Amino acid sequence: MNRPTTDHATLADKFNENEPRVNWHDETLWWVRAKRDRQAWSIPEWELLRETASQIKLNVLGNLHDYLTQFEQQALQNGAVVHWAVDAAEHNRIVTDILQRHGVKRMVKSKSMLTEECHLNPHLEAHGIDVIDTDLGERIVQLAKEPPSHIVLPCIHKKKEEIGELFHEHLGTPAGNADPQFLTAAARQHLRKEFLQSKAAITGVNFAVAETGEMVVCTNEGNADMGAHLADVHIACMGIEKIIPERRHLGVFLRLLARSATGQPITTYSSHFRKPAAGKELHIVIVDNGRSRQLGREDFRNSLKCIRCGACMNTCPVYRRSGGHSYHTAVAGPIGSILAPNLDMKDYADLPFASTLCGSCSNVCPVKIDIHQQLYKWRQVLVQEGHTSGMKTAGMKMMNAVLSKPGNYKKAGKMGRWVLRAFPGMVNNRFNPWYKQREMPAPPAQSFSEWYAQQQSTKK
Amino acid sequence: MSSREQILAAVKKNQPEATALPSLQGLAGEMPATLEAYRKVLESLGGSLFEITDAAQVPALLSQHYPHLERVVFADDQREWAHEDPHQLENVDMAVVTGQWGVAENGAIWLTENNIAVRVLPFICQHLAIILPRERILATMHDAYEKIGAPQTGFGVFIAGPSKTADIEQSLVLGAHGAKSLVVFVLS
Repeated sequence: MNRPTTDHATLADKFNENEPRVNWHDETLWWVRAKRDRQAWSIPEWELLRETASQIKLNVLGNLHDYLTQFEQQALQNGAVVHWAVDAAEHNRIVTDILQRHGVKRMVKSKSMLTEECHLNPHLEAHGIDVIDTDLGERIVQLAKEPPSHIVLPCIHKKKEEIGELFHEHLGTPAGNADPQFLTAAARQHLRKEFLQSKAAITGVNFAVAETGEMVVCTNEGNADMGAHLADVHIACMGIEKIIPERRHLGVFLRLLARSATGQPITTYSSHFRKPAAGKELHIVIVDNGRSRQLGREDFRNSLKCIRCGACMNTCPVYRRSGGHSYHTAVAGPIGSILAPNLDMKDYADLPFASTLCGSCSNVCPVKIDIHQQLYKWRQVLVQEGHTSGMKTAGMKMMNAVLSKPGNYKKAGKMGRWVLRAFPGMVNNRFNPWYKQREMPAPPAQSFSEWYAQQQSTKK
Repeated sequence: MSSREQILAAVKKNQPEATALPSLQGLAGEMPATLEAYRKVLESLGGSLFEITDAAQVPALLSQHYPHLERVVFADDQREWAHEDPHQLENVDMAVVTGQWGVAENGAIWLTENNIAVRVLPFICQHLAIILPRERILATMHDAYEKIGAPQTGFGVFIAGPSKTADIEQSLVLGAHGAKSLVVFVLS
C-alpha cells in the first residue's frame, strides 16, 4: 500500500507554487462544470432524474445481499466465472492467478478506479506481467509514472507540451510536437498494436444489472471494447456497490452519467457485456475492500451510491486549486474525501478537512449524495477518534474556551484588535495560514457590541 | 468461511432497511422523437446523417463521401468476412451495419451481436456507417430500454457518434481507438 508521504495542505502548497498553472487547472475544470450545467438545464426532468437515481441506489443498499446473489446467479447462467474478493490483496491475487493460468505476460486494461484503489498494476508488474493502460489519459500518466489525478480526466493536470515530450521519449514522435490531434493519432497507432497482441483484457464496470447478470461499461474512446473483444480472456473488476436492480434502470443512470461527468448527452459507447463470446472466457471479480463496512456506517453509507462521474471534483473550489494528486488517494476530490477515511482513518484523516463545506459537490451530485454533510461528519469522527493533529485539537479547544463564554470573547476581541493595530507583524507573517495570498484586513476601532452600546447612549 | 460467504454475511449484517424502488413514470418528459432532433444531437457529436429511401443507395453515397475506402464490409453479407479471425478486421476501412433503435436525446443507436456478427467490428473499423429505419427513432433512453426489453444476445451496445477523446488539455479529437467517423443513413 502507498503510505501518504505528506498531507493535503502540504501537497496543495506544492501545486500552488506555479500560480498561472493553478489558474489554468481551475478554469479548465470550471469549463467542464459549465458544460455539465448546459446539459442538465436542457432536461426539464433533471431534478426528478437525480432524485429517482438516488432512490434506486438507496433501494440497492437496502437489498444488496439479495441483488448480489441474484447477479451472481444470472452471471453464472450466462457463462461467466464469478470471483469474490474480500480486500485489495485478494483481488490482485485472483487477477494474477487468471493471467498466469493463461500464460499472459503483457495485457491491456481500460479504466478502472477499483484497480487503482487496489494498486493492481504494481502487483502485476512484480509478477512479471506488463499492464498497458489504454485510456489515453491513463496511458499518459502511466508513461509519466504518475497516478491519475482525476477519475474521469486522468491527466487533467498535464500540459500538452509535457505530453508531447513524453510521447517523444516513449513513442518516438517528433520532438516539440504538442498538437493534440497528432498526439492522439500517435497513441491510436501505438495502442492498436497492443490491442491486437493482447490475450487478456481487464475492464472496470459502470453498472452491473442484478436482473440480467450483465455489465455495462462506458467509454468515449472505445478502448474497453477493443480490449475485451480482441482478447481471449476478459476480466471485469467491480465493487459490490456497482449493482443496479433492473435493466430499465440503466435508462436513468445512462442519462445522468455522461451529462454530469463531461457535459455530453451520453458516452460514445455504452457496452452491455452479458455472455462470453464463443470460445472465450469472461471473469467477474466482485470486490468488497471496505465497502461492506461503509455500508454499516449510517452517516456515510450513502457514499456508496456514487457512480464515479467526477462532477463533485469539477465543481469543488478546493480540488480545482489543489489538484488531484494532493488527495494522495485513488479517488480524489470531495467524494474521495468521504470514501478514503473508511479505508484508513489515520492515513486519510486530513482529507475531510480539505473542503470549504460550501456544498457545491452535493448540489451537482447526480445521485444526490450529501457529500459536504458527510465531510463535516467525518471531521467529528476523526477528532473523536484522535486522528487529527495536536495543533488542530489545541486550536479547537482554545476556540471553544473563547467562543463559549461571552466574557472571554469580548476580552479576546479587544486584545486581538489591539494586537493587529500595535503589532501587525504578529499576524501578517508566513506562519499565519490566513495571511497566505491575502492581506489581513485593517482592525476595526471597536467591536459591534461597543458600537451598539454607543449608538444606544447617543440616542438618549 | 469463503470470501463469498464472508462478504455476503457482512453486507447482510450492515445493509440498511429495505426501501421500495421509485416509479420511472414522468422521467421522459416531452422530449421529441423526431429525425430533426436526432440529427441535431448526432451532428453535435461529430457524426453525419443522410436520408435514404433504399439501402441500395448506401454504396454510392459512401464512395461519394469517402473516396479513398479500400475495404468495406457489410454486416448483412457475412459470407465475405465473418469467418476471418477478428484481428484481421483491423484493415477494414468502413463497416456498414443496421441499427435497431435510435435515441433522439443523445444520438445513440442500439446494436446487438445480431447486427454486427462479430463483436469487435464496429470498434475496429476505421469508419462506421449505421443504417437506421426512420420509424425506429425514439425520444429518450427510457423509451429505448422499453423497446429493447430483456437481452436476447450476449452483447449489445449503444453507439453515439465517432470514438473520441479530450484527454489532452480538453481538446476534442475524433478517432481515439474506435471508428474515426460515424455516418448514419436514415431509411424512410
